Amino acid sequence: MNRSDAIHRHAQDKLRRCGAFILRNIFAGRRIVFLFVVLFPTLFVWLIPGCTVDPDIPIETTAEQVKFYVPQGFPQPNYDFSMNPVTLDGFKLGRKLFYDPKLSRDNTVSCGFCHQQVSAFANTNHQVSHGVDGLLGTRNAPGLWNLAWHTTFMWDGGITHIELQPLGPITNPVEMDETIANVITKLNADAEYPGMFEAAFGNDTITTQRITQAIAQFQGLMISDDSKYDRVLRGGATFTQQEEFGLATFRSKCASCHTEPLFTDHLYHNNGLAPEPTIMDAGRMIITGNPADSMKFKTPSLRNIALTGPYMHDGRFTTISQCLDHYSGGNMYQSATLDPALSGGIPLTAQEKSDLTAFLMTLTDYTLINDPKFAEQ
Amino acid sequence: MKSTFRFFAALVFAASLIAACKPDPVDPDPTPVTPAPVTPGPVIPTGSAICINFNNVVGSNPLILDNVYRYVNLNGDSFNVQTYRYYISNISFTDNLGNTWYELESYHLIDAADTNSLKVYVDSMPAGTYTSIRFMVGVDSTRNVSGAQTGALDPVNGMFWTWSSGYIMAKFEGHSPSSTSGFNLVVYHIAGYAGQYAGQRWFTPTFNSATAIVTSNTVPVIHINSDLNEWFQTPNVMDFSSYSVVNAPDAISSGIADNYLDMFTVTSIQN
Repeated sequence: MNRSDAIHRHAQDKLRRCGAFILRNIFAGRRIVFLFVVLFPTLFVWLIPGCTVDPDIPIETTAEQVKFYVPQGFPQPNYDFSMNPVTLDGFKLGRKLFYDPKLSRDNTVSCGFCHQQVSAFANTNHQVSHGVDGLLGTRNAPGLWNLAWHTTFMWDGGITHIELQPLGPITNPVEMDETIANVITKLNADAEYPGMFEAAFGNDTITTQRITQAIAQFQGLMISDDSKYDRVLRGGATFTQQEEFGLATFRSKCASCHTEPLFTDHLYHNNGLAPEPTIMDAGRMIITGNPADSMKFKTPSLRNIALTGPYMHDGRFTTISQCLDHYSGGNMYQSATLDPALSGGIPLTAQEKSDLTAFLMTLTDYTLINDPKFAEQ
Repeated sequence: MKSTFRFFAALVFAASLIAACKPDPVDPDPTPVTPAPVTPGPVIPTGSAICINFNNVVGSNPLILDNVYRYVNLNGDSFNVQTYRYYISNISFTDNLGNTWYELESYHLIDAADTNSLKVYVDSMPAGTYTSIRFMVGVDSTRNVSGAQTGALDPVNGMFWTWSSGYIMAKFEGHSPSSTSGFNLVVYHIAGYAGQYAGQRWFTPTFNSATAIVTSNTVPVIHINSDLNEWFQTPNVMDFSSYSVVNAPDAISSGIADNYLDMFTVTSIQN
């Protein structure tokens, strides 16, 4: 049974149990009592929030659901989970931290504020990240999946470890603008956290390492391996003819940087975008100090691309077609560090663009974005 | 007042009854449980250890953290000191028989603002007559790429770059009227864990034929002066008007690390 089936079946079980409860009571002759005491108030409660799920029936995450695994056809991950074994308590702690605005200076911005599950943990509404006091960052919040395979994080690769990654946005003055010391103070003062740390790590001491390892357990479990593309490769689905053509075009013209199956080479490239004059983002060079890295950014994974717009490091394009037009057009911003493969653009016919788009649509992982264990509780 | 006293007396009595109802087979000692201190003080060993006592100075003067321009560098810039912190790591001692003993988990943050941090106890050492010491200022590249660390290496200590992962090996912050930066700041953060401008440096300050004698019930103290002025001279004279902020691994920061290669002097060893 694959993961999406498990989730669907879980939801069906819940409905079945709920239905059985209603029927049992109605046919047990306790109709009047049942109607007044149970059904009417229940219906009333259901009416208020409209279509939302009854909060009294949370979809409980189970230990079975928080096991890290390497999907078929994936390389070995970069992060070694044996050094930070995922537990249900650790995962739940990481989830609570991920969605907790207490991690920001004024308690307004959580990780989940910019990384929304519905957008595969990117942010469709914001071109660049928004932070405390309405401040704007300079880069587009990326989607989150398959992070255990990444060797570096952020558009410039400045962060070298999944456990160290959360410290970047937490302390960034235009993102969450908080100190690690203050985060620890706030968590210690909270009614729930000390107990959750004890459950996850054996005692209630709250440290940077425990905070970041818990978040790594939560984020590291965001595995995207159930798109149509994956199911075709596993043999459970079939591409349309156009998707098939799109894949062929992709493999001949895009895959050298967007390498399967992760759809990134984890390297840095200058892809010919003219620098935004008010930002003049030097990209990778900010980290290495090497002029040869000027205006280079880490290749983003193309998985879930249909959900993760706007596109590019600064979110300048809102549609996939704008991206394809950029790569195929003659407007590459010429500079010393422009990737040689892009100096003349990548010639693409209208048909190829259409095929490519059809193929890219198969990279959407609905299992990931609907998985209740990743939702804010 | 009297009734309040009676109330509390009754409360204490009741509490003692409750406690008495739960005999503790492990610890029969009736001493009341005291909550663990939030920050435990240093554990001071009584034997099989060496204490390294870092004495921070600026030239021939003691280092004082305040706003007074009491110091002058070789270039003639007067300055004060707000922050002086550095990692001492990978400590090893060699004895008179040529055996070298390496401290495990050897990471210590020396912070001029925290007197507890100035005494580093290297414990669980074999008995012997030690004739030399070796240590690194900074954090080895391995620990820079091994995820979130604890203790002295906890990023909460403010010696870690969150936007470009890696430790600040050593840090000086102060003011100088020569500085052209805002608030006359002078900020030297020596960082970078790999590449040609890496900030770590090894040190072997000489014992001058003195020895540190470790037995099961003695803890020799090695007094080491750490001279901040050495950051600003030989071979690279630092001019605070040209170099007020150094916070990227580059030729300048690497040059400052080269400068401070002679900042440590063993002044005496107490056996």
